[in-house]
This record gives sequence, C-alpha cells and structure tokens, in this order.
Amino acid sequence: MKYVDEFRRGDIARGMAAQISRLVDPAREYRLMEFCGGHTHAIARYGLTGLLPDNIRLIHGPGCPVCVLPIGRVDSAIELALRPDVILCSYGDTLRVPASNKMSLYQARAKGADVRMVYSTNDALQIARDNPHKQVVFFAIGFETTTPPTALALIQARQEKLANFSVFCNHVLTPPAMRHLLAAGDAVQLDGFIGPSHVSTVIGSAPYAAVAEEFAKPVVIAGFEPLDVLQAVAMLVEQINQGRTEVETQFSRAVTHEGNQKARERVAQTMTLRDSFEWRGLGQVPHSALAIHPDFAEFDAELRFALPYRHVPDHKACECGAILRGQKQPQDCKVFGIVCTPDNPLGSCMVSSEGACAAHYHYGRFVQGATA
Amino acid sequence: MCLAMPVRISQLLPEEMAVVDMDGVSREVSVALIDAPQEGDYVILHVGYAIGKLDAEEAARTLALMDQLAAGEQA
Repeated sequence: MKYVDEFRRGDIARGMAAQISRLVDPAREYRLMEFCGGHTHAIARYGLTGLLPDNIRLIHGPGCPVCVLPIGRVDSAIELALRPDVILCSYGDTLRVPASNKMSLYQARAKGADVRMVYSTNDALQIARDNPHKQVVFFAIGFETTTPPTALALIQARQEKLANFSVFCNHVLTPPAMRHLLAAGDAVQLDGFIGPSHVSTVIGSAPYAAVAEEFAKPVVIAGFEPLDVLQAVAMLVEQINQGRTEVETQFSRAVTHEGNQKARERVAQTMTLRDSFEWRGLGQVPHSALAIHPDFAEFDAELRFALPYRHVPDHKACECGAILRGQKQPQDCKVFGIVCTPDNPLGSCMVSSEGACAAHYHYGRFVQGATA
Repeated sequence: MCLAMPVRISQLLPEEMAVVDMDGVSREVSVALIDAPQEGDYVILHVGYAIGKLDAEEAARTLALMDQLAAGEQA
C-alpha cells in the first residue's frame, strides 16, 4: 500500500538502528516517552526495542483515549444506554472498557440496552434520522483527531434541526497532558517525547513549543510506521547529544506548523475548554478536555440528561494508572496476562489494541520470556 | 483510536464526500475537513473523515533521509 509499505522496510530499519547505536553516548541513558498508543503498538508489533541499543529506554505514555477515559465517564454512558428511550452510539473500542459492577457497554447491550457501534459520526447522525422517536446519543471520545468529526456532526445536526441527537463529549487534549506529566511531583524522568502524529496533523506542531521550552525537553513528532519511529529516535538522540530542546517534525508528509485550520475552526465553533477533566492514571488535569460550546447546548447530552460526574476508583489490582504515567510497565502488573487479557480485560490498557498492555500481550511477552 | 491511514481520493462526490481507494477497496468518506480536495490526492483517513493531506514531496524527502541514515551518512 502506498505511503505505508515504504515505511516498513526491514533492511532500512536495521541500517537505521545500527546508525542509532553509533550515535548514542554509551555513558548515558536516553529515556524517551512515546505519548501515543499508536507508537506503542508500532514499537511492540515491529520489535523496535530489540533493534535499539540497551541505553535507549522507550516509556509508554498516556496517549490512548480509551485507556485514559475514567470509569465514571463509562458509567455515565452505560447509565444513558440503559434508558429505554436512548440509542447510544460509539466507536468500537469504547464498548469493551470495564466500568463499575463488572459492566461494560457490551454487557449493557446484553441486558437489552440499544448500543450501536459506529464507524463515523455520520453513522450516528443517520441513526438519529432513522429513529425520530428515540434519543440518539453519540459517546464521543478521543484526542484531537476524532474531535473535528464530532464538531462537524454538531454543525450538521443543527442545520438539520435533529432534535433527537446529542453528544456526550469526552474529547481530551494532548499538550496539557504532556505538561501535567512533566509537572507532576512524582514525574517519571524523561529526556524527550516522541510526539503524536495524527493529532498533530490537526493541531500542528506549534502547540508543543511551550512544552519543549518550559520543561526543556525535546519533542519529535513522528509517524506511526516503524521507520518513522526509528527516525524520530535518531532525531531525539541527536538533540539530546547536542543539548537542544526543540520541536521537530519527522512526520512532515502530513504535519505542518499550523495544522489543519479548517478542522480547528470547526472545533472552536462547537466546543469549549473545560476547567478540569479527570484522566485515568493522571487524575484531574486542568484545561485538558473539551465540552460542548454553549451555542450548541441543545446538543449537549450532559445537559439534556443531567448527567452528574462521579469519580470511581480503579480496580485495586490494576496498574493501568501507573502504566499511563510511565512509572510501570505492563509486565509489572500482577494480573497482566492472567486475570487481565484482551478477551477479558480488567483494565483499560488491555482494551484498545493501542493500549500498552494489549500491545505487550500480543507482541512483547514472548520476547520477554525468551530473554528472562 | 487515533490510528489513521493514507488513502487515495479516486472520485469526488457531492456534499463534500469522496470515494477513496485502499488497495483496491473503495469506501465513501467525508472530505469536509480539508481544503480543495482533488482526485488523486493522498489524504490521512480517520473515522470516516479525511483529516489532512499527505504531501508527496515531503514523503519522498523523508524516505531519502531514512536511506541516508540507514547507510550511515550524515543526514
């Protein structure tokens, strides 16, 4: 497939890895956080850790929207779905996230709730048009990539006067989460970030400048293919060796400084910054999420259904929180691969294929077993 | 969730929709979020929406830099 296969060539990967081994200073460690689950998945799937020198440590970050969604928000979605007048629509991964009382949206569906998996916000709008006597709620989650399609759905719903459509908005923002991680008192020691690629297609590379400057950490925005990740590692090693802390873009084939202005305008028109939002693993993060703009209040499910937010603690045995903060690895969790598996996830990091635990379960644990 | 893929626009449709080609599989997607989409453009597709264009020249430049790095030359 064009613009995919070229970035997966094994011979080039081996050559790049060899060059990175020559670039690194053997006297130091390079602790690089890949913020995005997409990178975590690529690193595990293509065995990149095994190609890189031992003193480059790749640390998983909180960049998987399914993983960072707190239980209380999933509980609210389940509560909505169980109402007989509601059809709840969401992207697939969200349906499997475990919530309180061993419930998930899938289990709510088994109890008779009308839960629909959609591929696109357009599908949710069509379900609303087809079911005028039902309230159709789109359970919106995701980073800055999924936010513009939600914005367009709100605009379309208003144009069509779709009175039975609303959005339960849980969109979160990348740069505030990075800042929060770096500012935390128990912050994991990091030397740089592999920055989000598709998120940056929308928001551009500019918003990371403050992170790089304020915390003196280099950020290299990288694509999700294995060669993209390797090139970003090389770029970070060079910056660290030279004492530079800049924002650089490896994924220049799709990311510009200013991003996608049209998409950003639609988001600004329909959504507004929340004062604070709870992330799984990170707790309350100021100015890190979006709510429906007051101009579009008639489509805000939180107002329409008076949904209060309740904090629910994670399962005691689950280490998702520490993994999302970069403090622990999946194999450090005692329920990993035993009680918690992709078929029966206990924690969110095992749910999405981009979650750190799911990536390690599928690709990493055999390597770990071989070297242990 | 944030994974997206590059696809080629094979046909523009009314109401800011387009047919994209993914290795011989066709799909209707929205191009409402990008400026001046053209047939033949490669775009990044995510949850049924093209969220950005892919710059073919930049892609070629990136591949050339990767070749240089792999060969151990100064990039």
